[in-house]
Amino acid sequence: MSDIDLTTRAIEPPRLPRLEHQTFEIRALKSGLLTWLTWIAAGLAAIPLLSVIYMLIFKGGSRLFSSSIGEVLTGLPPAGFEMGGGIGPALVGTLVMVGIGALISIPIGILAAIYLGVLEPSSRISTNARFLAKVLTGFPSILAGVFVYAVIVIHFGYSAMAGGIALAVLMLPTVLLAAEEAMSQVPQRMKDAAYGMGCTRTQVILKVVLPTGLTGILTGVMLAIAGAAGESAPLLFTALFSNYYISELNEPTASLSILIYNFSGMPFQNQIELAWTASLALVLIVLMFNILARILGRSKY
Amino acid sequence: MNATAEALFVAEPFQASGDVVIDCKVDKIFYGDFLAVRDSIVPIEKHKITGFIGPSGCGKSTVLRSLNRMNDLIQVFRFEGNVMYHGQDIYAKKVDPVVVRRYIGMVFQQPNPFSMSIYDNVAFGLRLNRFKGDVEERVEKALRSAALWNEVKDKLKNSGLSLSGGQQQRLCIARAIATEPDVLLMDEPCSALDPIATRQVEELMLELKEHYTLAMVTHNMQQATRVADTTAFFSVDISQGGRTGYLVEMGPTRQIFEDPREQLTKEYISGEFS
Repeated sequence: MSDIDLTTRAIEPPRLPRLEHQTFEIRALKSGLLTWLTWIAAGLAAIPLLSVIYMLIFKGGSRLFSSSIGEVLTGLPPAGFEMGGGIGPALVGTLVMVGIGALISIPIGILAAIYLGVLEPSSRISTNARFLAKVLTGFPSILAGVFVYAVIVIHFGYSAMAGGIALAVLMLPTVLLAAEEAMSQVPQRMKDAAYGMGCTRTQVILKVVLPTGLTGILTGVMLAIAGAAGESAPLLFTALFSNYYISELNEPTASLSILIYNFSGMPFQNQIELAWTASLALVLIVLMFNILARILGRSKY
Repeated sequence: MNATAEALFVAEPFQASGDVVIDCKVDKIFYGDFLAVRDSIVPIEKHKITGFIGPSGCGKSTVLRSLNRMNDLIQVFRFEGNVMYHGQDIYAKKVDPVVVRRYIGMVFQQPNPFSMSIYDNVAFGLRLNRFKGDVEERVEKALRSAALWNEVKDKLKNSGLSLSGGQQQRLCIARAIATEPDVLLMDEPCSALDPIATRQVEELMLELKEHYTLAMVTHNMQQATRVADTTAFFSVDISQGGRTGYLVEMGPTRQIFEDPREQLTKEYISGEFS
């Protein structure tokens, strides 16, 4: 026990490992360098986004955030040398067509996702459908426009309906894959619990799988809506454009993205300004849906 | 064990002393071509706890889950034999397995509350059955019976998943008993719980048997001695090349642990194999 000699002073202090940070050690230098590299890369990646936002606010904000906001948001687009005017028909047209797209793609997407994620996750149909949906997410959006043009526009003419259908084609795979992912992540033991309580398969899906996966499903829906709102190519062949407010679903309809395309190429200062304003409005709409997706994506339980 | 090499061992049927709620006679249970369990007669007595013990893969969970047709969810499952419940064979063609499960509830190995509030979890079965009475009262009663009321009464709106593992398992028990089923099947209900939570669930089971009939699978032999009135010992037969489980011996827990008739039971409870 007492082989510690307290009568003599220790000649050597106990050797402790050096734990302090060594700034000029090779390892520390390398680590610092690499950290800086990643910082710079992250900064470079942010430049395009930040500069676009800066330009939009700088060039589009002057009309949008001013006393003429009412006129800008509700007014008809100006013709030629006309001054003033607004983006009202395009704003409404975009919302209507995205709404049609959502009404078509959300029910089909969710029902298909129930089949893929819950009923028959590994059947042949499911495997193929899942693969095709993934292919469709990378589908060039202009082809959706051409497709709807060939199937609908040739027979019925340009319309908001055709535009909405083209957007639905683009939204469907996003909704489908997000909803499937959300529902297949509902743990099997939760489903077992529901079956064990005496639920039918329908009840298990309606009362457990859908509510549990709801946040994930809503996130997918919002992202699909945000993506569709910014599309222009599919609307070029389907909805065309109009200078007036939409009154029927079977007539050519204005949209923000096409308005931007049309006005940005015009030689008139007023129209170019409005194109910037419409761009900012579009980005704000997309941003709003993204924020909504974030909020709805927060799980309640 | 004086059976010849050819004849398969079959346990002597256990003569239950009280009312038998579920009289389970397994001839064969298959998963596809695989014979999982054979020749096991397991009567479940009213207001008692029947424990199923045995080594891994002996089919005790399979037999338990056959009692409320939970195994029907596995497509390749096939049951030969009969399970008489109040005079009806639950495997009869006209029987709806969904209805069976409303009378014979289940608590699982992993606590599995739904991702909803504590209250909604317990009320789930009541709403499912379109319960006409006072839902709030029944939820409170179930939570009290599950010895969870005092811990959660101020946070019924919180997520069921926010509770600790032991509380979650008691919540699952509350959820299962809210609809007042006849029988409660428990598949290793404590294996995911710590010793304190295990003790709480065990005490709860002893209280629950006053009103319910319980059957429980356990890996823990001490647990069987603490709570089970009757114990069924299953083993697995690998001599035939397969891994077929079968009942070795069933009897009052004390007899099984203190005076087993079969050599295999004796070896298992003394820890010679697991």
